[in-house]
Amino acid sequence: MNTLYWLVKREIWEHKGGFIRAPLIGGAIFLVLNLMTLIASEVVSGQNFRFGGSSIRELGKMLDQRQLAMVGMGLDTAMLFSTAIISVVMGFVVFFYCLGALYDDRRDRSLLFWKSLPITDTQTVLSKVLAATIVAPAVAFVTGVVAGLITLLMYATVLSMHGLGVWQLLTLAHPFRVIANLIASIPMYFLWALPTVGWLMLCSAWAKSKPFLWAVAIPVVTGVLIWWVQLMGLLPSGNFYWSQFLPRLLGSVWPGSWFAAAHHAGNNVSLGIGLEGVDNPDNPMVQFLSLSNLYATLGTSTAWIGMICGVALIAGAIWIRRWRDDT
Amino acid sequence: MSTVISANGLSKTYKDARALAGASFQIQSGRIVGLIGPNGAGKTTALKAILGLTDFDGELSVLGMDPRHSRGKLMEQVCFIADVAVLPRWLCVKDAVDFVEAVHPRFSRAKCEAFLARTKLTPRMKVKQMSKGMIVQMHLSLVMAIDARLLVLDEPTLGLDLLYRKQFYQSLLEDYFDEDKTILITTHQVEEIENILTDLMFIRDGRIVLDADMDAVGERFCEVMVGAERAAEARALKPLDERQVFGKSIFLFDNADRGHLSTLGELRRPSIADLFVATMKGTYA
Repeated sequence: MNTLYWLVKREIWEHKGGFIRAPLIGGAIFLVLNLMTLIASEVVSGQNFRFGGSSIRELGKMLDQRQLAMVGMGLDTAMLFSTAIISVVMGFVVFFYCLGALYDDRRDRSLLFWKSLPITDTQTVLSKVLAATIVAPAVAFVTGVVAGLITLLMYATVLSMHGLGVWQLLTLAHPFRVIANLIASIPMYFLWALPTVGWLMLCSAWAKSKPFLWAVAIPVVTGVLIWWVQLMGLLPSGNFYWSQFLPRLLGSVWPGSWFAAAHHAGNNVSLGIGLEGVDNPDNPMVQFLSLSNLYATLGTSTAWIGMICGVALIAGAIWIRRWRDDT
Repeated sequence: MSTVISANGLSKTYKDARALAGASFQIQSGRIVGLIGPNGAGKTTALKAILGLTDFDGELSVLGMDPRHSRGKLMEQVCFIADVAVLPRWLCVKDAVDFVEAVHPRFSRAKCEAFLARTKLTPRMKVKQMSKGMIVQMHLSLVMAIDARLLVLDEPTLGLDLLYRKQFYQSLLEDYFDEDKTILITTHQVEEIENILTDLMFIRDGRIVLDADMDAVGERFCEVMVGAERAAEARALKPLDERQVFGKSIFLFDNADRGHLSTLGELRRPSIADLFVATMKGTYA
């Protein structure tokens, strides 16, 4: 256990840029853009900031219960938005981290140093899986939440300068629920990302050079072949490979990709983001804010077949890591 | 004295070449063994097999364990320095010490810090800022602080200047080696390890062609410098090798009658390098 802790720590030392700096920079850029938007809107509309015909000062008093809920959800969405942007960045970081995880140290031969220590290859590979699936989203979500909270305060402050009570507004949002949900989605991410992490690490452990090319070319060429065979009528036509298999194989490292999969699985998740559907259980925001919904995805076949495949791919990566002999 | 490594019929074939062809040898504890051979003779493959880094055919026992099956356990007792510059470039001295201390049950932080104090390395220095010699100093400091029973060195001083090379072997002898430890070294720079070896193994085409302790080597082989007038007489005694120096011939004999040889000329102990050249004649032909 102690060894595993230090192995994960080692991954963070090596990949400070991707795991720590990238989300921080993403969050900072998000905040700067928000600040610029706020300043611009202040400059353009000045004191005559009007909202649907009535001055914003009166707005607070005019809203009914449902509209207040909409404002709350809008604020939650605004808060989540920073996490969403950082998550996209994090997806790329994790993708390329996994591709390099079992390849870079073979290329520069530092593998021989790590292998000179009493650490099993299983521990090594598992530490890398944990770094990708727990550490990366944890840092990204924390950064996202902090950036989101700052955004919220920024907007609340500006709106309060226009007479809308800042505290009243903040009570409409559900920052704790958003934070709790984000934390709760880390285990979800771990389970969901396994097939992509496993596939990328398998390629990383196996490729003699250019793991990226192998990881992407093999499934794409396979897809083209399937399409060609379908074209000749030898296989029933269908879009399963491109619309479900491939995104699962290569795209599961992006947080939230489970919503798209749930959509495909027929859970009727509407993917359009809209505040109108505040009381519509199919609205993704409502879905996200409900934990039972989040974990309902785990009941789908794509989730658990993916987990089984992911575990098998990781086991394969461990085996190759143990026996690959090219240094 | 116990057997540290016991190999029997060690074989390994890569796709295009046979690296080990039934090598058999034993290494006892408390020895410093040089495994010497030309390029492609199977040295590195033999070391990899010992370290559990590659699969092989035949029997091999290292400290009583099969390196294929219990590598994690074995590496608590075995250390190796594979080559210069294999430490990860992003690693800094302090992190390396912390990490090895955390994962290695036989590592002594105090010892390591004492070794590091003798160098110019500072805790925050990263490997990418170090010269080759400094990287080896760091690696050696880490490895010597581990109380291992077997230390494997594969070309440890490749590319180092003379000062670092001397210091490397001197530290090993003075601060590390004792009768419970065993060191296995491969190198092409045989001259510099000649005086520290207790045992010598020559490997050629995947087989061990010479395996003897240094005293036995001195008894078995001898060189004699013979003037041109008696060269034919010496040649008749079937020397291993003959070379010319300043108009005289130097003959290398294996197990010859010393009394007879001393009548031909001055006897002396051959260097490992000369022995090596004689033994490996025709390797690349």
